[in-house]
Amino acid sequence: MSTMTADFPMSRILRCYLLEARCEFMRLLRTPSFVVPCLSFPAVFYLLFGVILGGTRGNNGMASYLLATYGVFGIMGVALFGFGVTVAIERERGFLTLKRALPMPPGALLFAKTAMAMIFASMVSLILAIIALTLAGVSLAPWQWLALFAVNVLGVLPFAAIGLLIATLCSGQASPAIINLIYLPMAFLSGLWMPLSILPGWIAGAAPVWPSYHLSQIALHVVGRNAEQGIGLHLIYLVAVTVVCFLLARKRLLSLNQMGA
Amino acid sequence: MQSNSITPLAELRDASKQYGSLKALENLDLSLRAGELTALLGPNGAGKSTAIGLLLGLLKPTSGEVFLLGRSPQDLAARRQIGVMLQSAELPDSNTVGELLQLTRSYYAAPLGTRECVDLAGLDGLLDRRYAKLSGGQQRRVQFALAVCGRPRLLFLDEPTTGLDVEARQGLWRAIRELVASGCSILLTTHYLEEAEALADRVVVINHGRCVADGTVAEVRARVAQRRIRCRSTISAEAVALWPEVRHARVESGNLEIIADSAEPVVRRLLAEDARLHDLEVQRAGLTEAFIELTREAA
Repeated sequence: MSTMTADFPMSRILRCYLLEARCEFMRLLRTPSFVVPCLSFPAVFYLLFGVILGGTRGNNGMASYLLATYGVFGIMGVALFGFGVTVAIERERGFLTLKRALPMPPGALLFAKTAMAMIFASMVSLILAIIALTLAGVSLAPWQWLALFAVNVLGVLPFAAIGLLIATLCSGQASPAIINLIYLPMAFLSGLWMPLSILPGWIAGAAPVWPSYHLSQIALHVVGRNAEQGIGLHLIYLVAVTVVCFLLARKRLLSLNQMGA
Repeated sequence: MQSNSITPLAELRDASKQYGSLKALENLDLSLRAGELTALLGPNGAGKSTAIGLLLGLLKPTSGEVFLLGRSPQDLAARRQIGVMLQSAELPDSNTVGELLQLTRSYYAAPLGTRECVDLAGLDGLLDRRYAKLSGGQQRRVQFALAVCGRPRLLFLDEPTTGLDVEARQGLWRAIRELVASGCSILLTTHYLEEAEALADRVVVINHGRCVADGTVAEVRARVAQRRIRCRSTISAEAVALWPEVRHARVESGNLEIIADSAEPVVRRLLAEDARLHDLEVQRAGLTEAFIELTREAA
């Protein structure tokens, strides 16, 4: 593959990636069924359970716990829906086939979608941070704020891979329902809505199955909960989920491609 | 490279493609030469989409070879010299025409300016509109603009005028003729045989994955010796249909229309049976008749 040639220098290729990401971002920004739930649900849930009902004001431990877990909840939605629904629809409409026929630099669409998911994840993270600072009275060290932001932004990767895999398996119409069926139970069962300690023992026992549990453990580690535990195993689990789902999705897309253009 | 003018722009060499037990293409040879508009025709399921899929690198051949501008179609440097409009591809609803055009232009080394694309495809006033808000005909024109924006040497147009009204179709035909005149080569697939007749330098007919005819429109038409006879007569179409040499007969807006293997015996008998017959016309059968005949023979 000769991606870079004399008449197509690196700067031109970078421009393709940036424009691709811009198109992807504008596309989702103009899709209210994506933007409204993705940006408002985590904020509303955090306000409701973390600030109003939870009465966590002044209880820094609980308020920061829920800041960490609702952040994970929010960015999961961004990544699962951002990949799962859009890719399923684009696949059905023949748009992905056209992209393969066009001289798009390799991976540009994947890059664009990942960048878009990270931008929306950073918005979710900022909205929650503002609520935490102003209404919930959470106080964290500057490095903790930054680390939590990084966890939220990079945390989209495993869920993007899961979303991509779902998109290769179901139709554009079915994908929102299927993603909700995975997203909402997984969030609940890994203790993102309320701490595992107040849920039945079997739920807590099964929680390590879910990737969201592992991401939430890293986020909780950052805000100073279960600081005595390392995050190594959680990281390994998330990297494994990302790689396995991505490779399965890729294999499935390649075989779909050869089934007829 | 000196050899560019001689080597075909794109080539299928003895290419076969099999999906499970279904043979979509069987040992097809097809080469697209510079400066020509080639129309690829065939009934549904004949293998047109598979042939295009192979040339674009979307599919891999089960056997045989595929070259695009002398390279593998997977090669980005080859694909930067082509433009594509696929019948089955819809663009994202919520992007504007301007965004889509800017993005697609960025893929090419020396794209046309936005203004030129707008003029060529007739997109005046549409740049800020979202794709979903356009009419079907406008959407086809946006797809056409994306196909030509990279100044392609070779352009793939898959059913480009489906869903267009007569005027929009004429406009697109004009744009296609301009492109060919400026040296662009085109592979066109279409269901409208009059479109192939109007535009093509060369016609390739495939059926059941094999090439059944390859030549100029006149040559392919000549493959079918049939004549079309038209006249005003009181003789019924049903009766004429039973005559030897007659393939079909029907009445079309008051005219008796007959497709016959040879004209003379039929005309002789028509004149003998109806002394008041008038407006007699005899023509060589058109591409439509040739197409029906060619694809039936191979069935």
